[in-house]
Amino acid sequence: MLRFIFTRVSLIIPTFLGVTLLAFLLIHLVPGDPIETLAGERGIDPVRHARLRAEYGFDRPLLVQYGFYIAHVLRGDLGISVITHQPVIGEFAALFPATIELAISAVLFALIIGLPAGIIAAVKRNSIFDHGVMGISLTGYSMPIFWWGLLLIILFSNTLHWTPVSGRISVAYFVEPVTGFLLVDALLSGQEGAFRSALSHLILPMIVLGTVPLAVIARMTRSSMLEVLNEDYIRTARAKGLPPHWVIGVHALRNALIPVVTVIGLQVGVLFTGAILTETIFSWPGVGKWLVESINRRDYPVLQGGALLLGSVVMSVNLIVDLLYGLINPRIRHTR
Amino acid sequence: MAAEAKTLAAAVVPTQTPPHPFVEFWGYFKRNAGAVAGLTLIVIVSLLAIFADFVAPHSPFLTNPDALLRPPFWAEGGSFVYPLGSDAIGRDILSRLIHGARLSLLIGIVVVSLSLVVGIALGLVASFFRGLTEIAIMRLMDIMLTLPSLLLAIVIVAILGPGLANAMFAVAIVVLPHYVRITRAVALSELSKTYVVASRMCGAGLPRLMFSTVLPNCMAPLIVQATLGFSTAILDAAALGFLGLGAQPPTPEWGTMLADSREFVLRAWWVVTLPGIAILATVLAFNLLGDGLRDALDPKLKR
Repeated sequence: MLRFIFTRVSLIIPTFLGVTLLAFLLIHLVPGDPIETLAGERGIDPVRHARLRAEYGFDRPLLVQYGFYIAHVLRGDLGISVITHQPVIGEFAALFPATIELAISAVLFALIIGLPAGIIAAVKRNSIFDHGVMGISLTGYSMPIFWWGLLLIILFSNTLHWTPVSGRISVAYFVEPVTGFLLVDALLSGQEGAFRSALSHLILPMIVLGTVPLAVIARMTRSSMLEVLNEDYIRTARAKGLPPHWVIGVHALRNALIPVVTVIGLQVGVLFTGAILTETIFSWPGVGKWLVESINRRDYPVLQGGALLLGSVVMSVNLIVDLLYGLINPRIRHTR
Repeated sequence: MAAEAKTLAAAVVPTQTPPHPFVEFWGYFKRNAGAVAGLTLIVIVSLLAIFADFVAPHSPFLTNPDALLRPPFWAEGGSFVYPLGSDAIGRDILSRLIHGARLSLLIGIVVVSLSLVVGIALGLVASFFRGLTEIAIMRLMDIMLTLPSLLLAIVIVAILGPGLANAMFAVAIVVLPHYVRITRAVALSELSKTYVVASRMCGAGLPRLMFSTVLPNCMAPLIVQATLGFSTAILDAAALGFLGLGAQPPTPEWGTMLADSREFVLRAWWVVTLPGIAILATVLAFNLLGDGLRDALDPKLKR
């Protein structure tokens, strides 16, 4: 097991270097002078240009510059936003909880509906329910979620007036940030109205972001359950006279869940892709919206730092999923 | 793998001539109603795209200041002049959707061919020259897979500048790792088989071994991936268009049309709904077709 952990963790180093290299090159590849790009100013006077050039280390060879960049990154210095003049890492840290809150709710939503739907579809194979689940999940999988969000806004916000159109909470409430997760903070503050407001703001983005994972989880659970239900030990369990729900819920589900767990782990990247779109539609103040805005404002340090940080998060989550997977499933850790 | 299954089948029933591979494939394929429906829709969309100039009632760019935000014909105040209504500057939505089909299919074709060609080349190189070359290529692909796909595409577009061509290029790069990984995995399993050894013994050169001996036997999973790749390409390009990083207005690209229509969510539902339905239907059709192809081409599932 130790060897497995060691090999898996050591694999992350070249990947991390690669992502930093990509982020580093971004500033050099963007059209225009890299110093003006970093400073966010056009036509800097020559004296200041030379000073900045030395300050950023642009007078050194590219490889040395990359070394400096890595050193800065490892110290947590990801540059300064051109627009707000705040450190990129601070802005990211302030916005990231909103994205995490949205992402976790979306995964929970996907699990709560996707798992039972997949299980029932597998147990009642070829029934109307099964075909319905498969049809709906393929549609969900094909869904342009930016359009799906607009549709839900038309229906629930404009026609039925059930949910607000955008933002995270009504301006009427002030919640002391403790964890950064508004739902938790609202509960902690003891304002029932604030909690309700935060919840009603969360519902539509959660559904939109959860749609693709929901479809993937339902399909994966179904096919994995179908495979397990054909196994001999299931027949044995049935032959012993165990109640069907026990056979399905305990014997089958435990083994069927292994591939599903992997798929959920792999959905993290998909989730952040979705978050970029979902946050843009619902004006959700998270890192996805922040990154899209950074492009429109030509705020390249933000794009550079944000891409690096998001990439690192996905990398770490994938690592954790892999390690957990090795823990659950001995076959994996011994084959590598 | 497909070749192996077929030779096995032939060995079991030696008296019959095996059906032509395509006939056999079609036999499996047509039993899948969803896949046939998907194929039908794709054919219809392709025909609309090819004959867009003749089918579309108006020019996709022609504005009419007297017909702003007209609803579709079945809604109150709609007419058959603008069957699916008109947008905020009086352009016919149906015509724009039909011309958009052309763009979406073009995006699919360009992205899939680009990533398929480069992906096959890199995957074959990785599997033939093991060692450092393989490690370098596969590590690079892992790095690309680490970044969320849309984020990587956004970074690439930020470097190259927004526009349809750059968006297609960005999406092609983003989906590249899938093709490389599939090609390498299948090629590696093929390389250990005796027919490859035999071909090597006969003195086949490297290019011949790569493209003529091994590649044809790797095609089944690549065809499936390419079909599913159409849906990814159309979705991702539309997402970029929606974020203002893909095709630029007034191009009648479906994602760009949606981005344009966002401010009319409250007043004119048809401006928002229709381009989305077009994207969803096309993407769904390619996914159905891809699933059907996989079932029909995968010998493991054959009964």
